[in-house]
Amino acid sequence: MASIDGALLDFMHLDRLAAGDTALHRLDPRAKLLATFVFIVSVVSFGRYELSALVPFFIFPTVLIGAGDLPVRYIAWKIALLCPFALVVGLFNPVFDTTVLVQLGPLGISGGWISCASIVVRAALTVGAAIVLVAVTGFPAICRAMEQLGMPTAFAVQLLFLYRYIFVLTEEGVRASRAREMRSFGQKGYGMSSYGSLLGTLLLRTWMRAERIHMAMLARGSTGAFQTRQEFRFGAPELLFLIGWCALFATLRSHNAAQQLGALVTGWFQ
Amino acid sequence: MSHHIVAVKNLRHVYPDGTVALRDVSFRITHGESVAIIGANGAGKSTALLHLNGYLSPTSGEIRIGDFPVNKGTLPQIRRTVGMVFQDPDDQLFMPTVYDDVAFGPLNLGLAGADLKQCVADALERVGAGQLAKKAPYHLSGGEKKRVAIATVLSMSPDILVMDEPTNGLDPYARRQLIGLLKDFRHTRIFTSHDLDMVLELCDRTIVLKDGEVRADGLTREIFLDEAMLAECRLEKPLSMQGCPVCGRRV
Amino acid sequence: MHMADALLSPAVGGGMWAASAGTIAYCSARVSRDLDDRKVPLMGVLGAFLFAAQMINFSIPATGSSGHLGGGLLLAILLGPCAAFLTIASVLVVQALFFADGGLLALGCNIFNMGFFPAFVVFPLFYKKLIGLDPSRARLTTVTMISALIGLQLGPFAVVLETLASGLSSLPFSTFVLLMQPIHLAIGAVEGVVTVAVVSFVHQARPEILRAAVEAGPVGNYPMRNVALAFLLGAVLTAGVVSGFASKDPDGLEWAIARVTGNRDLKAPQSVLHGALALFQQKTAMLPEYDYRKSTAERATYGPKAVQRKQGEGINPGTSIAGIVGSLLTLLLTFLGGTVLKKRIKAA
Repeated sequence: MASIDGALLDFMHLDRLAAGDTALHRLDPRAKLLATFVFIVSVVSFGRYELSALVPFFIFPTVLIGAGDLPVRYIAWKIALLCPFALVVGLFNPVFDTTVLVQLGPLGISGGWISCASIVVRAALTVGAAIVLVAVTGFPAICRAMEQLGMPTAFAVQLLFLYRYIFVLTEEGVRASRAREMRSFGQKGYGMSSYGSLLGTLLLRTWMRAERIHMAMLARGSTGAFQTRQEFRFGAPELLFLIGWCALFATLRSHNAAQQLGALVTGWFQ
Repeated sequence: MSHHIVAVKNLRHVYPDGTVALRDVSFRITHGESVAIIGANGAGKSTALLHLNGYLSPTSGEIRIGDFPVNKGTLPQIRRTVGMVFQDPDDQLFMPTVYDDVAFGPLNLGLAGADLKQCVADALERVGAGQLAKKAPYHLSGGEKKRVAIATVLSMSPDILVMDEPTNGLDPYARRQLIGLLKDFRHTRIFTSHDLDMVLELCDRTIVLKDGEVRADGLTREIFLDEAMLAECRLEKPLSMQGCPVCGRRV
Repeated sequence: MHMADALLSPAVGGGMWAASAGTIAYCSARVSRDLDDRKVPLMGVLGAFLFAAQMINFSIPATGSSGHLGGGLLLAILLGPCAAFLTIASVLVVQALFFADGGLLALGCNIFNMGFFPAFVVFPLFYKKLIGLDPSRARLTTVTMISALIGLQLGPFAVVLETLASGLSSLPFSTFVLLMQPIHLAIGAVEGVVTVAVVSFVHQARPEILRAAVEAGPVGNYPMRNVALAFLLGAVLTAGVVSGFASKDPDGLEWAIARVTGNRDLKAPQSVLHGALALFQQKTAMLPEYDYRKSTAERATYGPKAVQRKQGEGINPGTSIAGIVGSLLTLLLTFLGGTVLKKRIKAA
């Protein structure tokens, strides 16, 4: 089935990007994680009618994409598939909020449109930051970083296990739904009963797989406790990275750089 | 030099739903032997294997590995001595990277630091997978996964290596590589397999199971000459013993 | 019904993150203490199952649209509350990072909305109590449907409350509720039907799986109600503290920034208490009789730009043009800078 095939390939692509070997990739994941966290908090803390002030924040994902040698079109496409929910709700703003806030000659732009645009830009920034973080760090490293920053080990183990088996399970899901598709003879819909059996079978196979994994764990002397490997070092480059970006975010948060730049430029022309 | 003898006596196993998987199985495998357990699907091969490292407990009968009877108390030692490689490597490679998977066993045994690193490196070298250490399991090919799965067990320095369907699903090249690898091992080796040609190449001795019982137990060559018995057990001669399909010469 | 970063204020987001993080910590401790180490691989692969299952669709009869399994209730049935919560949380983390479902700030909300309600409210209080040990097909269907419907009302309602509390969307409460709840009644019905289909399949093939989960002992030494209340209280407190910190006055960062940039046309609230009461009043004003006109009044006491408007000063068009020009220039520079950087890294 197209969607699950595509989703799996997409997933694997993002995972492969994380195996890159740039200086950025080699940085301790904690630095990248914390910088992204501060970024998101800064972006989200803006008021609802802020728009131009948000724009300079695009520096962060852009620089990371450049420094990490990431494929721009791919990342841009992923960002473009934004959370539809935000957009849908955001589009209500122009409906309910019609007070004109900005007059551009004959054109009056209502607060609703501005806040809607703000929502879109905000979403692009936060989503972009998340995707870039995964692409330059890799999911297992992010989990380890979170664990070092205080996340409970049991949850870290769960995340790693989940991630490991997503590839296996989605492939099984692909095979199962392909089989269903081939026996549907072009009928538009897949009914509920076939869906129930499909999922039920997949679930039972998954359950049995869990038993086998458990067998394998026992066979290698597992005592139930998991030890995750700590191998990263937080050194000078990491500190520089973190402090530098945080300082920039703080500056951009308190000064509308785009506005000031624009004022400068329009000032020249007057 | 330890002599880890695998002694199975009157093993009987009945599953909770009533299926009698093993009726009365007895055999004795000495140190360094290379033995294959073959039979039709459902004959009880996997069940028998799972008893060897204590995952399943017999309904009746006894198993001894070297000096230890297999029971709840001796499980840690048993699992150190008997290294088991399962059919589906995805079940066995459950850690984020190859290194983590190979290190899992020795970590549980208490190894750490430089010793651990060395142990992992050695195990990976042994299976020719040294360069795969940092990779994630889902980025490996079938053959690579199989070899890494073996490494995860080798890192625990077992005396007895048990493998369930080792060549299952491998392409000819990977299969050839694996057979070459297994030939070199000095451990006691116990395989189950449908790949009778591999059995012919690797195992001096073969045990044939039928309906939960030992139907035949002897030298591989002799067993594969008994066509009637093989047919009775839903088996046949290995393809390399069946004569040339091109020139028609029969063995 | 994923909550999105774009609709969330830091205060609400932070509060919900605290609630979720607390619950994760609690569940992790419980699961670690659990003597059954089978749970570890089981939680992992069932999470992967859920992930994969959500990508397979089926068509909903008579509507022409397709749906898929949500799975919160199913996991709770199979794993029990704590393990299910961790599993759901883990799936949401992966979805947020890889598919941008909602975003990272909203992750706290999503984990809570979609994990807490099925695992700690619906399953123990409804499903487990009503299902019995060997239910008939009819009973299984009814109980599962009820549980699914309730679960899928609570979650979306929480989304509504969170969005409203954040104040970034102009959607009035009544409209929002009227949109969300009925739609999710339908979605809940579909979820119920699907869950029934899968559960009855499992019940036929391997009934011991279901029996094990239902028979599992009580969730902890503390009745769940108390735990839930404790977390909600924690969330509210955190939200209050965060808003307090954001600016000395809960009227928001906008006010603080405007103050910093020297805009003196604002009325500063008298005290933190005053600000807090004003906030409270605004929030209660958002309930049922809510009407659009009130939102203007609410914004009138809420933000500096609105205050400017009220006092008859429109936003200077000059600054807006500068804003637009500046934004475009910034984007251009950023893009150019990124491209140059990329080329240099590639060459290196």
